[in-house]
Amino acid sequence: MPEEICATVEVRRLSVLAADGSVDEALMPPLAEGDIRRMYELMVLTRTFDQRAVALQREGRLGTYPPSLGQEAAQVGSAFALQPEDWLFPSFRELGVQLTCGYPIQQIFQYWSGDERGQQAPPSLNIFPVCVSVGTHIPHAVGAALAARYRRDPVAVAAWFGDGATSKGDFHEGFNMAGVFRLPLVFICQNNQWAISVPLSSQTAAATLAQKALAYGFPGVQVDGNDVFAVYRATHDALLKARSGDGPTFIECLTYRVADHTTSDDAGRYRSAEEVAVWSARDPLQRLEKYMERRGIWSEAYAREARQLATSAIDAAVVAMEAVVAPDPADMFTHTWAAPGQRQMRQRKGA
Amino acid sequence: MAQLTMVQAINQALAEEMARDERIVLLGEDVGRDGGVFRVTEGLQERFGSERVIDTPLSESGIVGAAIGMAAYGLRPVAEIQFLGFIYAALDQLYTHAARLRTRSRGRYTCPLVVRTPYGGGIKAPELHEESSEALLCHLPGIKVVVPSGPCSAKGLLLAAMRDPDPVIFLEPTRLYRMFREEVPDGDVTIPLGRARIARPGQDVTLVAWGSMLERVLKTDSPHSLEVIDPQTLTPFDWETLLTSVKKTGRLVIVHEAVKTGGLGAEIAATVAEEAILHLRGPVLRVTAPDVVLPLPRLIDSYLPTGQQIRTAIDEIMRY
Repeated sequence: MPEEICATVEVRRLSVLAADGSVDEALMPPLAEGDIRRMYELMVLTRTFDQRAVALQREGRLGTYPPSLGQEAAQVGSAFALQPEDWLFPSFRELGVQLTCGYPIQQIFQYWSGDERGQQAPPSLNIFPVCVSVGTHIPHAVGAALAARYRRDPVAVAAWFGDGATSKGDFHEGFNMAGVFRLPLVFICQNNQWAISVPLSSQTAAATLAQKALAYGFPGVQVDGNDVFAVYRATHDALLKARSGDGPTFIECLTYRVADHTTSDDAGRYRSAEEVAVWSARDPLQRLEKYMERRGIWSEAYAREARQLATSAIDAAVVAMEAVVAPDPADMFTHTWAAPGQRQMRQRKGA
Repeated sequence: MAQLTMVQAINQALAEEMARDERIVLLGEDVGRDGGVFRVTEGLQERFGSERVIDTPLSESGIVGAAIGMAAYGLRPVAEIQFLGFIYAALDQLYTHAARLRTRSRGRYTCPLVVRTPYGGGIKAPELHEESSEALLCHLPGIKVVVPSGPCSAKGLLLAAMRDPDPVIFLEPTRLYRMFREEVPDGDVTIPLGRARIARPGQDVTLVAWGSMLERVLKTDSPHSLEVIDPQTLTPFDWETLLTSVKKTGRLVIVHEAVKTGGLGAEIAATVAEEAILHLRGPVLRVTAPDVVLPLPRLIDSYLPTGQQIRTAIDEIMRY
């Protein structure tokens, strides 16, 4: 018997918006001007929050914080494609996703200040608490998708994680189940090239992360993660596919963690300034500005106004965060179980 | 009323609750077409369909992780881990997420799931099929750990576990699955979680044991009047029932098939030392497995606590 090729791997990379601000009109998603402005303003808001959070941490007013600098397009572009009833499972570096879906800014600050009340999502949002344990939330998204299908709810479920998560067992267990059950899921990897000090080349021997989905029987695509239109388009299409019962999609966003892993990290110990400079020049926000300027919907005055609006929103949120009454120690007992056990009741009295 | 084995009682509890509550969905390895390796879920996929009795890939962390997502979404998943010895891959999901979801989301999301798993030794099974690592599971607030000791308690406790608003690990003592039958009441007879049962009232010595060891304690002949307590729920533990008994008898023997160091017996002994030491006539004694890796079946009888060891402990404490 001859040997035959029984499987081949083909992974496409999608780019829409070029570095000079031009777009491939054939691939450009149908976004209204208002949508594009809104995406831009959300990216500005994300960057403004990010800069403020790092500054507040340095002043001792916030705890350890993981910056999103450079990943605004991948975060905002993917979240922008969602519907309000969809379910979101973010990792811990998903500020742009939180802001895009309307998570209260004050609460995001509150969480990073060490106050758990920041993780209580408003009732109108189906967003999980951010997941600090890398990749372990992927099976939760699978479960939510199973439940949504069981309920016949027309919703899709999205999960975000980084390149490091693709080495975790839960990534593979979750992907495998998503494929087997053909669930309404979109997995979005922020491949920002670094998992703290470990570069992508030490994280995987595979040519792409996207191809990992193929082993689980569903498509994986790579997109330019600093191209907000490519990210939006890939997510939008994947969500449509998910909602129509055609199963999951994996989107690998090629982007870069321009800042340190967290405010406790010093990336200068393990990567070159040249590499950071190369990626900084691919800034997703500037690229979108160039496009908008070409199209006549961007000006210095507009940008200034967008930054001012973002700054005012952040200022107000910081004031509100710092005015919050400190949590009561007895509050530790409130949500351990619906009703405390005998021992907890006694311990609470002493708290 | 019918004479049922524990396997049948658990199957009945699952079937009745599934009929009553459409949020109950079973998932696990071989739970559907095969009815589970112990046949606990036999006939349920046929009756309720493959959307409610889901055969999953071989994926312990995936099963528990998916159950967490389902529970948060509003279902009441009942996941099966085929043997307790295979749950270690899913401990991350249990500890990192199931136990904390209510706290981490400040009550926005809850995790009303049940993880059923056969546990315990003495069934002539291969490696990792006879584990008794309940203390690991008891060390994390946010998770409840329930152990039935017979068909009646299995049904009543499982019904309560499926209705509990928080994650419950339901440890099914494999040795008892088909060892004896009991009259199990039909219908909706729940046993509340967090409450111990006096399995036998007595005056001289309090014995605490759960699961398969309770059966061994109840079979132990003794000339003394033994008060035997079946905690039923290991976390949250019913300290009131235990302390009331110890204050009455002044003597306590704890029997568990898990290893001694860091076992739940240590917590029980420490609590009695804190809260009832002045009522004690003698030391608290523990009859446990030795601190060794669980042996294969040829040596399991030398590992598990024996009736003779239990008798010896009772005789020793009665000298005080």
